[in-house]
Amino acid sequence: MSERKMVATRDAYGKALAEIGKENYNVVVLDADLKVSTKTVGFAKAFPDRFFDMGVAEQDMVGTAAGLAAAGKIVFASTFAVFGSGRAWDQVRVSVAYTRLNVKLAVTHAGITTGEDGASHQANEDIAIMRAIPNMTVVVPSDGVETEKVIREAVKFYGPMYIRLSRPKTPVIHDDPNYHFRIGKGEVMRAGTDATIIACGLMVALALDAAELLAKEGTKVRVVNLATIKPLDAELIVNCAKETGAVVTAEEHSILGGLGGAVAEVLGENAPVPMARVGLKDTFGESGTPEELLVKYGLTAEEIARAVRSVIKRKH
Amino acid sequence: MIAKEKIVELEATASKLRQHVIKMICAAASGHPGGSLSAADIITVLYFYKLNHRAKEPHWAERDRFVMSKGHAAPILYAALAEAGYFPVDYLHTLRRIGSSLQGHVDMLSLPGIEMSTGSLGQGLSAANGMALANRLDKRASRVYCLLGDGECQEGQVWEAAMTAAHYKLDNLTAIIDHNKFQIDGPVAEIKNVAPLPEKWQAFGWHVVRCDGHKMEAIIDALEQAEKTKGKPTMIIADTIKGKGVSYMEASPLDFHGKAPTVEERDKALEELCRREKKT
Ligand SMILES: Cc1ncc(C[n+]2csc(CCOP(=O)(O)OP(=O)(O)O)c2C)c(N)n1
Repeated sequence: MSERKMVATRDAYGKALAEIGKENYNVVVLDADLKVSTKTVGFAKAFPDRFFDMGVAEQDMVGTAAGLAAAGKIVFASTFAVFGSGRAWDQVRVSVAYTRLNVKLAVTHAGITTGEDGASHQANEDIAIMRAIPNMTVVVPSDGVETEKVIREAVKFYGPMYIRLSRPKTPVIHDDPNYHFRIGKGEVMRAGTDATIIACGLMVALALDAAELLAKEGTKVRVVNLATIKPLDAELIVNCAKETGAVVTAEEHSILGGLGGAVAEVLGENAPVPMARVGLKDTFGESGTPEELLVKYGLTAEEIARAVRSVIKRKH
Repeated sequence: MIAKEKIVELEATASKLRQHVIKMICAAASGHPGGSLSAADIITVLYFYKLNHRAKEPHWAERDRFVMSKGHAAPILYAALAEAGYFPVDYLHTLRRIGSSLQGHVDMLSLPGIEMSTGSLGQGLSAANGMALANRLDKRASRVYCLLGDGECQEGQVWEAAMTAAHYKLDNLTAIIDHNKFQIDGPVAEIKNVAPLPEKWQAFGWHVVRCDGHKMEAIIDALEQAEKTKGKPTMIIADTIKGKGVSYMEASPLDFHGKAPTVEERDKALEELCRREKKT
């Protein structure tokens, strides 16, 4: 596995936001006392008139975002993923999604790699509860390069969006700076015919590593980066199932209701094939370093490879 | 000083709106009469005296905005919008019917003139704050108004929003509490007391005005005081009566929070409202 550049998606977000602030005066940013951690601080410093710190009041932040959007603003609202999705869920549902307002919830510290802060701060259910809300678009960028593209697309796209970002530095897997991200379209990152790994977020890098491991055994695995969880690229998922005959999903999220759940729904109805979900097995996390936690909770390339071997065995 | 004729006209309009409320909720066989009637005079003053709005151009950028935070009082807002010309009065009887724009709780996407979808209590004031911030950013002189229930003030988000409005000195925002002293399970003071409301809002940094929420002059005066207040948002605590205008609802507000009048009850209510209208 070659050495990859490491960038935290939250850093890429902060950088993109500060640039967009220069180009688009209609962009307004809200935070809930976490601007340094979520990286909205760059925008806050450069454009103090268009930045509002709402204090430790996530429900109010989301409601205020809705009001700003109703009056024509493009609003980015940031906090940790647990609070943006969970604490303010009803506000997201009624004030933002039911109204189909132009609010981008760009939340950081998603998943178990939030690390040392422990279970209260690790959002492992957010994809499930956000994608259950009508009108919501849910995006989980795989790396820093993709994050910048996603944020730029988010400005162009009218409507509510949940953008899930991570705390630690993660591998950059998009070498081409001109990579074009499209909302609702998955990306085949590696060709293969024996099985498909569909992953999102930092698990895409691990999926690529798993494919590399399996290649040494002569197994050719396709790897799909499914950054948009909703709307789901069902066509791509079904094609992968039909062409490779087995699917493994990999996400830094509970195996209930997230990427794995979404893919299982599509396959169950359209192309049932042997399938396995790699993710948190209906459990809370705990304190630890991101690396330790990924290993302890089975979010590794080896674990993904093991899942691929098992689904391939079930193929015939 | 506002002309006597204008007051009489507003009172007649309020009575008309109350009659619509009774008719539409009876036709729908469900809905919230009590909290619609208590807000009738406030809504009348807003839509027929105070708000700078255009019924034929509901998305006019310079308009004043009204957020109905107590979204279950949808019928009184629908009645006002219809009488103001947003849609035909005939349409009111489609309240709560499948396919109607008159949803059980207000929905901004289905009905032009509704500024924010609500129904989950406690959310409207935050949205109103956002609109007031946007007006300031875009240098619009328009004002934002928001109506809350007194029971609704038990929601934590209301107080988060209270801090936000004061912190950002939103003097282009006027909030009003329909202080009818009742919620679903009983008197607000007995269920979970929100008193003292004026002191609480003052302590949160608001300019507070208390008024009789059924006296047109008093409501107008309070709204004008709010407009003159600089550097802080204004909260008008309007003392109201749940079910106002219908004797048997006023007498037992707990029975008419979320229950439709029967046909006999409707007729009795309309008779009372018509009699009162003739008196004024
Ligand atoms: C978050 C939330 N919880 C519960 C309800 C159900 N509910 C509808 S009206 C109401 C009582 C509201 O009391 P108040 O604010 O005093 O309204 P009013 O008496 O003016 O009708 C409740 C609990 C709701 N709509 N939203």
